[in-house]
Amino acid sequence: MDSDFLLQTLRLLISGVPLTLQLAFYSIAAGAVFAVLLALMRLSGSRVLDYAARSYVFVFRGTPLLVQIFLIYYGLGQFPEIRQSLLWPFLREPYWCALLALTLNTAAYSSEIIRGGILSVPFGQIEAARACGMSRALIFRRIVVPQGLIVALPAYGNEIILMTRSTALASVITLMEVTGIASKIISETFRAVEVFVCAGAIYLILNFAISRAIALLERRLSPQARGAKLAADVPEPAR
Amino acid sequence: MSDYVELMGFGPKGWGLLMVQATLMTIAVSAAAFALGSVLGALVAWARIEGNRLVRLAADVYTTVLRGIPDLLVIYLLYFGGSQALTALAHLLGAKGFVGVNSFAAGAIAVGIISGAYQGEIFRGAFNAIARGELEAARSVGMPRLLLFRRIIVPQALRFAIPGLGNVWQLALKESALISVVGLTEILRQAQVGAGSTRQPFEFFITAAVLYLLLSTFSGMAFQRAEFVAMRGVRRS
Repeated sequence: MDSDFLLQTLRLLISGVPLTLQLAFYSIAAGAVFAVLLALMRLSGSRVLDYAARSYVFVFRGTPLLVQIFLIYYGLGQFPEIRQSLLWPFLREPYWCALLALTLNTAAYSSEIIRGGILSVPFGQIEAARACGMSRALIFRRIVVPQGLIVALPAYGNEIILMTRSTALASVITLMEVTGIASKIISETFRAVEVFVCAGAIYLILNFAISRAIALLERRLSPQARGAKLAADVPEPAR
Repeated sequence: MSDYVELMGFGPKGWGLLMVQATLMTIAVSAAAFALGSVLGALVAWARIEGNRLVRLAADVYTTVLRGIPDLLVIYLLYFGGSQALTALAHLLGAKGFVGVNSFAAGAIAVGIISGAYQGEIFRGAFNAIARGELEAARSVGMPRLLLFRRIIVPQALRFAIPGLGNVWQLALKESALISVVGLTEILRQAQVGAGSTRQPFEFFITAAVLYLLLSTFSGMAFQRAEFVAMRGVRRS
């Protein structure tokens, strides 16, 4: 291995990091909003909403992400109705297609994680909040979200890492993020091992940073772990 | 709708037979990958339970790296890196030109290595679920290690591992779609070929999606059945 080639490869690959991060960030953010909606649909108690969300999750978790990307990028353009609609300027671009597919995909996986978090809040607490006369929105904001979030966070952190990994598939529809650049260099130079080492190192560093950030957030959100004493545990000061 | 039936049917212009063949290819390559993953997973689990520090570290590195790197990169590495190595070897033996790796082998090994990283964790968890007393009892009656492994550990660990293995199988099934990028004619590749030559990508990719859904649904049912059968002897609280 010569270090010149490695350095040059690394420099080229790093120029793809912003796009990788952008795809991951936007799809996770939009996916989270959509996922909360899906989770609420499943817990709404309405049969129709529950069934709709259930089928959505079934379809998007049961098919490969690559098929979803192809369906959106190549499949939708087949219909003249879509080609003439206002959405076409977006759906024509591989960037927006990849973003849409990633968003829809992560929404399906995250909605189950969020649903698990919401369900983990003991019902007694909700009952107590109701007895105090809290409105549904207030209960959700003050009781369900803070407690559900901490339960859902480890699994959600995993999902964030998986999504960062999945952005690599955008390279198949010509986007030049880290993996796209890597495959271009490999096909030009046929030095797969060196390129793999460089690209792999970039992804590992990204994922390491994300998992540290999640761990930090987890610590911040759980006062017990920080060693803070709950109000009831603090002994009365001597008078 | 009748157009669709003709397109995907088994008539002279239909793509039905090709899609069925591609589905069998997906099953074959996923199964090969899953089997390889089981062997690697068992090795990882053994390394983390019994291994010395060096072996444990190696297992840790393997799991972390393969879970953090995009699957597509691993497939590229094995396909292009493998071809690179084979070509070099062939040149050493006096041959000329380019020697490519078989895309089935490269794909199955790549997906197998990835699923092995996940299966290692599952096997370790399953081993930890076995009651310690059983292992102690087996040792105290003087069972040799291999017999203990075969009679006590395997049947029980496998039972606890079924739900997790089901998840990994679904993962392998979906990851097998990525092997299409190196030219293996499985479901997605066949759909791409059909989409290209008929200019009807929507029909072909929807069909591909339905085929994957069918595969994952039926195999999910099979794993549930297997879990039911395996857990019959276990008393649940």
